Parts: sequence; structure tokens; C-alpha cells
Amino acid sequence: MGRFIIRRLIWTVFIVLLVSVLTFLIFFVLPSGDPALRFAGKQPTAELIAQARANLGLDKSLPEQYWLFLKHLVTGDEYGWPGLGYSFHTRDAVLPELINRARVTGSIIIGGAALWMLIGVPVGVISALKRRTIWDRGLMGVCLFFVSAPVFWLALLSLLIFWKKLHWLPGTGYVAFAESPGQWFAHLILPWCVLALLYAAIYARIVRANMIDVVSEDYIRTAYAKGLSPRRVVMHHELKPALAPVVALFATDLGALVGGTIVTETVFNMQGLGNWLLIAANNNDLPVTMAVTIVVAAAVSLLTLVADVLLAAIDPRVRLQ
Amino acid sequence: MGFIVLLVLVALFAGPLASLIGHGPNELFQNDMLDDFGLPKGPNGDFLFGADASGRDVLVRMIYGTRVSLKVGLFATLVAVGIGVVLGLLAGYLGGIVDTILSRIAEIILSLPILLFAIGIVTACGASKEGCARGYVKPGVTLVVLISAFFTWPVMYRIVRGVVLSLREREFVDAARSVGAGPFTIMFREILPNLISPVIVYASLMVPQAILFEAYLSFLGLGVPDSIPSWGRMISDGSAIYDVAWWLIVFPGIILLLTVLAFNLLGDGLRDALDPKSDR
Repeated sequence: MGRFIIRRLIWTVFIVLLVSVLTFLIFFVLPSGDPALRFAGKQPTAELIAQARANLGLDKSLPEQYWLFLKHLVTGDEYGWPGLGYSFHTRDAVLPELINRARVTGSIIIGGAALWMLIGVPVGVISALKRRTIWDRGLMGVCLFFVSAPVFWLALLSLLIFWKKLHWLPGTGYVAFAESPGQWFAHLILPWCVLALLYAAIYARIVRANMIDVVSEDYIRTAYAKGLSPRRVVMHHELKPALAPVVALFATDLGALVGGTIVTETVFNMQGLGNWLLIAANNNDLPVTMAVTIVVAAAVSLLTLVADVLLAAIDPRVRLQ
Repeated sequence: MGFIVLLVLVALFAGPLASLIGHGPNELFQNDMLDDFGLPKGPNGDFLFGADASGRDVLVRMIYGTRVSLKVGLFATLVAVGIGVVLGLLAGYLGGIVDTILSRIAEIILSLPILLFAIGIVTACGASKEGCARGYVKPGVTLVVLISAFFTWPVMYRIVRGVVLSLREREFVDAARSVGAGPFTIMFREILPNLISPVIVYASLMVPQAILFEAYLSFLGLGVPDSIPSWGRMISDGSAIYDVAWWLIVFPGIILLLTVLAFNLLGDGLRDALDPKSDR
């Protein structure tokens, strides 16, 4: 187990490095505007631009620039650890802003994820147990609807109905929990629901399919043959193997969701990581783009590691190599 | 299924349909369809789905929008399936170092945050008019297709590789080898035909994903240029004034939902029909 975790941690570092190299390359190899222009003042002369380039470190060779970036990341810079530099666009330090925005994105993701598991797993289990009944058909029909509906459209539609028409909710934007827990909740409930419904629908379909696969296994027949009650068979012998793969998926999706909240944050006008990345990409803001992609890649990779370890703990059939 | 056929027909005959209605996709009807405040007017007899903020016919733009969605859905899937099947065959049949390298690459691509990279590439590519990769790739449908295919082929690769691993131990492969067939003959003449049903099933489920991907990118303003009508882009444009012009987000959204739903249903149906393991 220990060796497995260490190997996976090394893999995580590798993936994060790879993502950072790719982001760097995309930024430099593909043609885009020169960030130095923005720093060179209103009437940029060739000297001013050259000076701005030197200040930003853009005059050095590509490998050198990347090396400096890595060095700052590992050893920290004047804004603390990890060193992420300052934004080319706003000239503010990246790190404090990153932490602020991670809170927003975290609020959206954690609430949404809790809701999606609470809806998705029971729906899948009920559908599988009541297979081929009207319940099953109805629930799976609803699931197919939410799997097919684009998140941004559901988000806009829900805003139109619950905010503009019914006036039940206070509107878009983010209110910090410390400021007002009630407002925090009122602003987040729609993003949570919109995110949760999509994933709940996907998970309900997976849980149902897994349950149905498990039911036809020999050991289920054995369990019934030795006289266990149906309730006990379902709870102890069917649920566990059916849910094990879902745990693995859940962790991976949770990480991927950090990237997936871009759309949600845009529609609900929340200043989270996804929204920040979109702004940064549009402004050729390399330090911010690097910071967000690295955080997301690390989150995805680490959560996958947690999932694999959990899966091995739950399901003895999975052996860690 | 009928709905998909209908969509294809609409996409093919978008031009005649639009001239039947009498409005072009980029034609502005600012006098007729914008009120005194410059806000668009809603559905009426002439403009069934209303007009957008520039006074263009929403229905006609939706009709043209089928082209982008279907093009992306079809070509992104074809490219991804092509790469996935060939590499999956190579990895599954040859094994060894080929398998190790290809599987690692697939694993890396699957662990990259797709939307993040898509945004990076599209923005970088769209920053200059001549596009990127020496002007061969311009922002628009081609770029969306390539990005989508690049990030989804590993899914098909894994499926094909898994099936090939079990097929290569079967008697018919031994038989082919005993009569002197080379590895490529066995891969593409003997094994490939047996892959058709899993490939069709998963390919049909990749189409709606590609369509949604284009819609997401276009919604973020990164998909196709504004001059080409696309459903995601229309919803994005409408989102600025959706509280006064609900038709701008409702109609394009419904058609997008129905299209994705139709392809998902087709994929589910094909899986139930072709995959003996699945059971409803």
C-alpha cells in the first residue's frame, strides 16, 4: 500500500509538471498578443516594450523562463509559498486571489457534490430494485433528460424562473459565508442544484447498471440460498460492490469539476477559479493561467489517488499494483 | 431516430428552408423586430421564434445552427474513432512496448483537464486572424473538431484495446496465423470486423458529447465565429438580455437538448440491441 501511494504521488507530480509544460507551450508557441505591451504604458516605444519584457522575464529563453517558474513554485517568492508570481493583467499577487477564488469554487463544488450523491445513489438503487416497473422507467427517463441538458442552459432557465419571474431567490453573485450564511446559501442553492442534477443523473444510471450486474452474480444466489433476508442481501451483498466503482468515479469527477465550474460560474456571475481562468486566457495572463491549471491538475490527480486507495479498501477484488 | 433524420434534412436544406421563410441567417430586421428601446420583439406570425438583439430571425439561425452541431458531432466522433480504433488494435494485438507507450499516452490525455486546455488553445489560436499551426487551423468548426477528437480518442482506444485483448486468443486468430497471415492482415482483416458492434455503440454515445462540447465552447464565446450561427453561441448572446427576451435562450436550448437526447437514446438503444450483456 505504502509503495503504491508513493508511486502514485510521483505520478501526480509528473502530471502536474506535464500540465504546466503544456500550458507554457500553448501560451508561447501559439501566436497571441504580447503581454509586455500592456506594461509599456500608453505610448509604447521600442525601448519601453523591451524594458517591460525584461521586467516580466519574457526576454529570457523559453527553457530559462520555465526553469524560473519552477524555481519560484518550489521555493516560494515575495508573496509566500508556493510562488505563483503576479498577474500580467491586474499586477496583483496571484496567491491571495487564488485562495479567495478557491473558496468560491470550493463552495460550489462541495455543495453540488453532496447533493449529487444524495440524489444519484438512491435513485439508481431504487431504479435497480424496482427494475422494469413504471418507477424505473420514469426515473431513468428523468435522468436521460438531465444527462442531455446543457448545464449553462439549465442554469439560465432556472435563473429566469426562480429569480426573474418568481422572485424566490436574491439573484446572482457570491456572498461569503462569514458575511451572511443565509445569503450564502440563497446564492448557492441554484448552482448546486444545476450541477448536482447533471451528475446525479449520470451516477443514477451507473449505479443502476452496476446493481443489475451484481444481482446476477453467483454469490447473490448463494446468499439467498443460505436463507438471508432480501433486505440483508441488498444491503450487505449488492450495494457494496455496486457502489465501489462509483467511489472511484466520484473522486475523479470532483477534481474535473473544478474545470467544469467555468460555465456555472460564468452564468451565476461568481468570481471563482473557472471564471478567473477564462479572464486570464483572454488577457494572455500567463501566471494566472498557470496557477489555475496547476491547481486543477493537482486536484484531479490527488483525488484520483484517494479514490484508488478507497476503492482498494472497500473492494477486496481490486488489488493495487 | 426519426428526429435525427429530420435534423440531418434540416441541416442539408437549411438554405431552401430559410428562403421559404424569407429571412437570411445574418439578415437584420432592425425596423420590424427591434422596439423603440432597441430591444428585440418576441415570437409573432412572421418570426415564429422571435428576433435576437440585432434583429435577426431566431428560427432561421436555429435552422443553420443544426449544421454546426451535426458537423462537430459527426467529424469529431469520426476522427476520435479512427485514431482510437487503429491505436487500440495496435496496442491490443501487438502488446509489449507499443501497448505500454500508447496506454500511458492515453492515461495522460484522460487526466488532463479538457475544458481548461480547450480554452487555452482556442484563445491562443483565435488571437490572430490567420489562426495557428502556420495558418492551417483557423478558429471555428475545424478547431473544435480537432480539440474534441484529441481529448476523446483515448476513450475509444481503451474499449477497443480491451476487446482486442480477448479476441486475439480466439481460435480464428490462431487459424489465420497458421495459414501464414501477417500481423496487419490479422488485425485489420480478421479482428477489425469483430469490433464493429462495440465501436458503433460507443461512437454513437460520443456524438452527443461532441455536440455538447461545441455548445459549451460556443457558450463561452470560444467556439465558432459569430457569423456562423451555432446554438451555444445563440444562448450565450441571449444570456445578456434573457430576462426581457426569454425566447433567445428557450428555443435554442430546447433544440440542443432534443438533439443530444435523440443521440443518447440512439446510443442506449444500439447498446441494448448489440451488447448481449446489457439488459433493460
